[in-house]
Amino acid sequence: MFRNTYDSDNTVFSPQGRLHQVEYALEAVKQGSAAVGLVSKTHAILLALKRSAGELASYQQKMFRIDDHVGIAIAGLTSDARVLSNFMRQQAMSSRMVFNRPVPVNRLVGAIADKAQVNTQEYGRRPYGVGFLVIGEDKSGPHLYEFSPSGNSYEYYAMSIGARSQSAKTYLEKHYEEFPDCSLDDLIRHGLHALRETLQQDKELNIKNTSIGIVGPASPNEKNAPATGAFRMLDGDAVDVFVQTMIPKDTADAPAPATAAAGDDGDVQMEG
Amino acid sequence: MSDTVTLAGPQQRQFNPYSDNGGTILAVAGANFSVIAGDTRQSEGYNIQTRYAPKVFRLTDKAVLAVNGFAADGNMFVKKVKQRLEWYRHAHSKDMPLRSIARLIQSMLYGRRFFPYYVYNILGGIEEDGSGAVYSFDPVGSYERETCRAAGAAQSLVQPFLDNQIYFKNQVAAPGTSHPSHLPLSDVLALVIDSFTSATERHIEVGDGLEIFIVLARGAPIHGLEAIQGIQEMTSNAEGERVFIVRRVLKYD
Amino acid sequence: MDHHPMNWGRPRNDMADPYGTYPIPQRPMNTQTFEDSVQHTQQPIVTGASVLAIKYANGVMLAADNLASYGSLARFKDVKRVIQVGSSTIVGASGDMSDFQYLQRELDELVIDEITHSDGHNLGAKEIHEYLSNLLYARRSKINPLWNSLLVGGCSPEGKRFLAYVDLLGTTYSASTLATGYGAYIAQPLLRKAVEGREDTLTEAEAVKILEDSLKVLYYRDARSLNKYQIAKVTAQGVEISDSKSQDTTWGFAEGIRGYGAQTQ
Repeated sequence: MFRNTYDSDNTVFSPQGRLHQVEYALEAVKQGSAAVGLVSKTHAILLALKRSAGELASYQQKMFRIDDHVGIAIAGLTSDARVLSNFMRQQAMSSRMVFNRPVPVNRLVGAIADKAQVNTQEYGRRPYGVGFLVIGEDKSGPHLYEFSPSGNSYEYYAMSIGARSQSAKTYLEKHYEEFPDCSLDDLIRHGLHALRETLQQDKELNIKNTSIGIVGPASPNEKNAPATGAFRMLDGDAVDVFVQTMIPKDTADAPAPATAAAGDDGDVQMEG
Repeated sequence: MSDTVTLAGPQQRQFNPYSDNGGTILAVAGANFSVIAGDTRQSEGYNIQTRYAPKVFRLTDKAVLAVNGFAADGNMFVKKVKQRLEWYRHAHSKDMPLRSIARLIQSMLYGRRFFPYYVYNILGGIEEDGSGAVYSFDPVGSYERETCRAAGAAQSLVQPFLDNQIYFKNQVAAPGTSHPSHLPLSDVLALVIDSFTSATERHIEVGDGLEIFIVLARGAPIHGLEAIQGIQEMTSNAEGERVFIVRRVLKYD
Repeated sequence: MDHHPMNWGRPRNDMADPYGTYPIPQRPMNTQTFEDSVQHTQQPIVTGASVLAIKYANGVMLAADNLASYGSLARFKDVKRVIQVGSSTIVGASGDMSDFQYLQRELDELVIDEITHSDGHNLGAKEIHEYLSNLLYARRSKINPLWNSLLVGGCSPEGKRFLAYVDLLGTTYSASTLATGYGAYIAQPLLRKAVEGREDTLTEAEAVKILEDSLKVLYYRDARSLNKYQIAKVTAQGVEISDSKSQDTTWGFAEGIRGYGAQTQ
């Protein structure tokens, strides 16, 4: 029934000083399809791989708009993500209502991290089964944060979460020094190259399975982008122009496709 | 003075949570456009508090709300409507249709039936069928769709003028002709400006500045608009309805 | 025996709680006993008079005298009615001074909360003003107003100026000159004449002169004013609130006024 003796209750440490339920929650994040985030001096972007339950089904939603200046990409349980994103929207609206100020991104991430932490400590609860990449722009410029069910949150220049995200991370680690001065189009291309690394051998990025989220001034390749540089999500035909800019893998100076990380990448209906 | 008070017996002093901050708003619907305007003076009694306090707000690319009465209630009401529209966007990934905003405003106003927002609302914009529309409300939510409406301090001055010029009340059409059911945009803008310059002359609470919002239906021609001095476009999505604002000076006295 | 004052004079209920084990916040009996006696502010008691404020080239300047009156009695003559909030905001208050002191404590708490985040974000004048408007509007909506008219001035480190008003009804507005109380009748026309159109060129000395001249007129005309005042300024460099000072005034003319001087007839 249990893999370990200290599995059943998340408020009990194992003799090794670990909270097994929390670690299983982190595994739930790794079951979800991958999401990648990057920051330049002017932009923060998200890219996510959408799964479909089958030929006849639509593709899942991997990104949520929180406010004009904040958006998230998720990996893990979509239903948990909706609860948390709703909370983030409430926080963002309350900041606008009370102070007429867009909520600082770090405080928003801190708020959900605090919520997640409670679930790792209180009796009778379970940790959230979802991880976020949060992008946003505030007074101190564009930002990228990772939120995870353990209650941790960190800021990154570039990050990936979800299934086979280690391959994307490898790409990002190789190229991150270029990101700060990248144009938006170049940043997106890097993001797509990184996201491509998480695909299974026979799959490729297309307009159906790719979502892009952007905060910052519009690219000439975007249609109907808000003049304010507010967060927007690109899906379907809107991502085509960017997918086209990708350099085919054999010629790209990208690292050879990393072998699949441990664990299967099969479609799991419940996870995102 | 104090003698009369004591003779009048015990007196109850009660805090009055309302005030009247003057000003006037109006809106006119065309066939495929809508014009919503308001002056920018905010006053209390004989004091001009400020010469620039907007009373007309863009809610979406197809809806503009004008609010008149008690300014604190008005500002709070607009803020709450905007947040409800933001939740609608989160839930449905599109802007709320105009007629739904109208019904939303009615329920928000009626929700405060026993401590009302002391505010007269006029909502203008474009319906889903592409027609220009104006909805007017009383402070507790009674509302109807109309072709034109004025509200506020100079309502009694402006509405009769609009009745005559837009509904052609007390005008007889020449034999064999009929009055148009909708006026062109240029005529409407001229009427709006005349309404406010006249109201400024005759009412002390109207003046200082005029803000005119123009909402055009999807694909409606913009002829003439680009020639207006100082016109600014406020549209957020290039493919849908378009919103413009024109600012004018009114007399300061 | 239940010794809690809330339960004095009430029948004992030994069946329910024989040893009086309830903690104080959870008394079993009706805790709303004194509800009928709770009163809301229906009028101000100890009041401050006008506050004046203008925008000028370097930022925003604000002035208020040091008097807090008890009706027509000049009760407290060393009251500070202008305060600093955070690093780039000043707030001046007229109306009830106890309500203002309550607001001060609320604002202090707010600023401390913000500082403890220590993440580089802080509350500017725009945010403070929005918060105060929400607070005052919420209280008026409970028919329990905070009886004040407040002027909020600010200047960001980048030099962007902010000046706005909020009062006990939650009414707000913004302009380059503002005045509360009798100042709205007596000083505001003078301020508008001196400032409108010159907000970006007025020097600090000129701004001080404009405010001091207006304060003097108020002192001559408003019986609830005092010739002892402070001037506060907020610029891109931060906030400065002056020590109390006074101006020379001339009352010789009063002798010639019937009913004012020494005449008997």
